[in-house]
Amino acid sequence: MLLAFDWTQLAQQIVIGLSSGGVWATLAVALVLIYRSTGVVNFAQGEMAMFSTFIAWSLVHHGLSYWGAFFLTVALSFLGGVAVERVVIKPVERAPVLTVVIVTLGLFFLVSGAARWIWSPEVRSLPNAFSTRPIEIAGVAFSIQDLGTIAVSLGAVGLLWLFFRFTKLGLASRAAAVNPEATRLVGVRVSWMLALGWGLAAAMGAVSGMLTAPALASFDQNLMQPVLLYAFAGAVLGGLGSPLGAVVGSLLLGVLINLIGTYVDWVGTDLRLPVALAVILGVLLVKPTGLFGRAEVTRV
Amino acid sequence: MRRWLGIGVWVLTAGAVLALYALAPHLVSDFHSRDLAQAGVFFIAIVGLNILTGYTGQISLGHGALMAVGGYTAAALAVHEHWRDVWTIPLAGIAAGVVGFLIGLPALRLSGIYLALATFAFAVAMPSLLKKFSGLTGGGQGLRLLEQAPLQVTGLSGTVTIFGHTTTQNHFLYYLTWGIGLIAFVIAWLIVRGRLGRTFRAVRDSEVAAASVGIDLARTKTLAFAISGVYAGVAGALLAIQAEIVNPLSFTFLLSILLLVGAVVGGLGSLPGMVVGAFFVQYVPELSTRISSKPGVPDFLYGAAIILVMILLPTGAGGLLRRVARPLTTRLYLRP
Amino acid sequence: MSSALLELEDVTARYGPVIALHGISLSVGEGEAVAVLGANGAGKTTTLRAISGSVKRVGRITYAGKSIARSSPEATTRAGIAHVPEGRGTLTDLTVRENLRLGAYTRRDRSAIREDEGRVLGYFPRLQERRDQRAGTLSGGEQQMLALARALMLRPRLLLLDEPSLGLAPLVVAEIFRIVSELNEREGLAVLVVEQNAALALEASARAYVLEVGKVAVEGDSTALRRDDAVRRSYLGY
Repeated sequence: MLLAFDWTQLAQQIVIGLSSGGVWATLAVALVLIYRSTGVVNFAQGEMAMFSTFIAWSLVHHGLSYWGAFFLTVALSFLGGVAVERVVIKPVERAPVLTVVIVTLGLFFLVSGAARWIWSPEVRSLPNAFSTRPIEIAGVAFSIQDLGTIAVSLGAVGLLWLFFRFTKLGLASRAAAVNPEATRLVGVRVSWMLALGWGLAAAMGAVSGMLTAPALASFDQNLMQPVLLYAFAGAVLGGLGSPLGAVVGSLLLGVLINLIGTYVDWVGTDLRLPVALAVILGVLLVKPTGLFGRAEVTRV
Repeated sequence: MRRWLGIGVWVLTAGAVLALYALAPHLVSDFHSRDLAQAGVFFIAIVGLNILTGYTGQISLGHGALMAVGGYTAAALAVHEHWRDVWTIPLAGIAAGVVGFLIGLPALRLSGIYLALATFAFAVAMPSLLKKFSGLTGGGQGLRLLEQAPLQVTGLSGTVTIFGHTTTQNHFLYYLTWGIGLIAFVIAWLIVRGRLGRTFRAVRDSEVAAASVGIDLARTKTLAFAISGVYAGVAGALLAIQAEIVNPLSFTFLLSILLLVGAVVGGLGSLPGMVVGAFFVQYVPELSTRISSKPGVPDFLYGAAIILVMILLPTGAGGLLRRVARPLTTRLYLRP
Repeated sequence: MSSALLELEDVTARYGPVIALHGISLSVGEGEAVAVLGANGAGKTTTLRAISGSVKRVGRITYAGKSIARSSPEATTRAGIAHVPEGRGTLTDLTVRENLRLGAYTRRDRSAIREDEGRVLGYFPRLQERRDQRAGTLSGGEQQMLALARALMLRPRLLLLDEPSLGLAPLVVAEIFRIVSELNEREGLAVLVVEQNAALALEASARAYVLEVGKVAVEGDSTALRRDDAVRRSYLGY
């Protein structure tokens, strides 16, 4: 029985799953960054990522190479994220949480509409990020594109981790997310830490978008909507307060969905999303704070 | 003396509202009555959502899906069982109330953002679910009341005759929807003012404190979900009757988002504000399209409007109403 | 008294419509230890928050000759005022070391910061043992010490201590006050300590103010206040 099992296919499907999961992971980390510091889920994160992807397209259209456009777009998206926080979020800093949620929903429509307005709703395509040749590892054929996507996603997340763990600004940002009042008392301008969080989240979103687009033959302004949902699922699975959880959750989800899609017959492509949602709901019911989430102890 | 003055104000307000209700369709064009009727649908759904989110503190991004339950129940009864469309409304409400209750069950273990995402997942999954059970729901095509429901009160003729009166279809839809809306509003107001309302608010303000005074959290939360579900179901049924067709595209996650936007813009915890919320959700998208129909511009303007309103009025229209009305009501009720 | 490090003149502070301080005046000299006493709700914590800028206030507040009446908490910290808030404000998700490093956030002298880390941990051996542990796993007393240590990393001229004894065992509290006194005497650190435990605070300070319903009811030399039976009985409850 074991010999008859197709290990090659399993390995390949796992890698494919990790590749999708990696893309979702970068967007999921963006969601968690903002959730951790503002207590709000940014429903517009996907559309912001889509907008960044279109900026990348424009840059490529004007002659830049894919990777040149990639890094420039990440930088521009960072600035864009900071700007959005200062202009749209800061005014409602002290408002009830649901008000801020509605603001992000408004941002969803605004950014979505802006992208359709600036770049008309025709399909476009981005050049491939990696070569489409397959590569053989231990006798199994994998796609360089998948491996490259995994590498870039994990690389981006890794850089972020280094920033938070080893720099002074990263430390201040973490502290501001945990206890803004006390952090103010050590001299940190907490308000700007929020802006930093939004900038980093936008940058991560841009990475996610720019990894999603090339894999498709063509894309339009609806590019990131399914990605956002999967990113939510991954973040919730891992526990919304934990960036590590978001990454692990998304990777796990990617592999899980791909394996279910491959090995379970009645799950066709349009049932992938409901299956993902069902998985999250299941996890939430068993462990309401997700796999890595720590139950928040509320003081009465 | 003060007491009579207080009662007098209430009577005057009620009278003004009823007069407005009766006369509105005659003050606007026939076509606009239809818009007003749709605003009424939003109003009912948002009032229900407010009871759940504004008064009980449970976030739901899935009320569009509950409207779908109501809408499809109404349509299925009309099409498959040949019920008269208006009689399907109560059953649609009950069906959605039951589903709301069922959603309330996992809500007991989830809170805040997790609850929001779980309900959002439900809203996202709904169109796929509707397409899957095509025997009942007509799949991607949906159910067409205009052609398949013989006992439709509204129909191709453009006029409706009820209790001997003949009126245009749009006027009928307006009176039906807002009539139910007014009744729904009064019921909500009574709930919120009474003991149940206080229980809801206790759960919203502090679950731990509420539990420690003996409030059954499970019962309260599921009840709130059920009640708001009934409202959503009734609204969904009315939407089905107005549109004369239901299909999965009528109830996407965007509807759930619109409902929440309407509830917050109207002002969570304020019932009168819900009128403002309903009109915002009905008319602002339309106005945006009228300003420019270039692709993307209406969404852009709509998003900008939402953001602006939230920045200027963080507690919604209801919050503003409360701030304005406070000096008036204090004068009426607190002077010795 | 322009030689005072910190001077408050007719300061009023409010939380929304509730007025917590009704025009209080007090001062802390360079290197002086001053106590603020009073019952719950007297406005002690609000006084510290008014100084550090954590609450809306009006009135004259001068520190080292300059007005800080309109400064934000970030600005007062940069000026050298370390505020250890009620409830300690330790950053529970961060390690002990990270908490300390954060205390030196506004400083740029890297080698001096590292030196200070060693020196400060020297005052608190228990923290030295746990320096890579998450702050949330520390006991109440250790967290209070951490909050104090973090404040010291600023190299402040003025330390604002809010209810250091709250929720702690007597031995731990005595230890903390001993360290504070040592810092005051050895390093010339000016201290303004808010305390409900009047006896302890009077022993550790040179002067004291007793607040009652947002106003200064009694002020004077700590030793004299300790000996004054009438004051002790009516204001300090012992």
